[in-house]
Amino acid sequence: MSDIADRVKKIVVEHLGVEEDKVTESASFIDDLGADSLDTVELVMAFEEEFGIEIPDDAAETIQTFGDAVKFISTATA
Amino acid sequence: MFDLTGKTALITGASGGIGGAVATALHGAGATVTLSGTREAPLRELADTLGERAHVVTANLGDAAEVEALPKQAAEAMGSVDILVNNAGITRDNLFMRMSDEEWAQVLDVNLTSSFRLARAVLRGMMKARWGRIVSITSVVGATGNPGQGNYAAAKAGLVGMSKSLAYEVASRGITVNCVAPGFIETAMTGKLSDDQKSRILTQIPAGRMGSAEEIAAAVLFLASPEAGYVTGATLHVNGGMAMI
Repeated sequence: MSDIADRVKKIVVEHLGVEEDKVTESASFIDDLGADSLDTVELVMAFEEEFGIEIPDDAAETIQTFGDAVKFISTATA
Repeated sequence: MFDLTGKTALITGASGGIGGAVATALHGAGATVTLSGTREAPLRELADTLGERAHVVTANLGDAAEVEALPKQAAEAMGSVDILVNNAGITRDNLFMRMSDEEWAQVLDVNLTSSFRLARAVLRGMMKARWGRIVSITSVVGATGNPGQGNYAAAKAGLVGMSKSLAYEVASRGITVNCVAPGFIETAMTGKLSDDQKSRILTQIPAGRMGSAEEIAAAVLFLASPEAGYVTGATLHVNGGMAMI
């Protein structure tokens, strides 16, 4: 697993208090990991800080799963 | 009780009677404060009186760019903004049929829109800290209405609805959002009233007197305190019984 995925996973595990093995590529933050809408805003904030990037609101809306997050951040930091 | 040691507070309209009293009360409870307002001299004077833990950032809340810069400058000065007191307010009274779009817009911009923008900006830090207090100063007229103040009453009632909606959203993060609704308080704003107007108003107040800025500040201090952690979405009316709502 890439460094980015590890760091994203760490944030998700810490923030949502879920088991690491539940955070799979297709795991939806809301449907599978128990996040509410405010959690997703906080996750995006945490990603922004961890990776020093800006995630605009319309892009944030497309980040539904762990895989989406890793993909977006990989592109944004490339 | 009501110890704010280590907390940081941004108070808008701190050059006014109520704002100054609020800043003094929060500072007296141990908070570091940023005093904001349009005029630097009175803010600086208050900061000098308070001594340590007091910063000054001037801002015109009718200017969107200055509203955006204010919380950033306050956070730079203090390290964070744990407590936001939306106190700044202006009046542009006129009979409804004579009220211009400009009078309406100015009052809504300064009294309501700036509070929305400031609250939005400080929420990020509060969410991370899992602690925050937003207190907006509204007015009894936001609940009762007042002839000649359609714009002001709309803005103040708007603050109540805004605060309740935000209170829902962030309650689980340890952030409370409340309002304090003063009645008639001895300040420059009410000093503009004629003696005749004042005596007529006093007949409507069971307490038989106008309130003091310190009595509003005490309510804000309570809502800003750790002890008020279970109070959210509330409006605390401080009006000598003028409107028991």
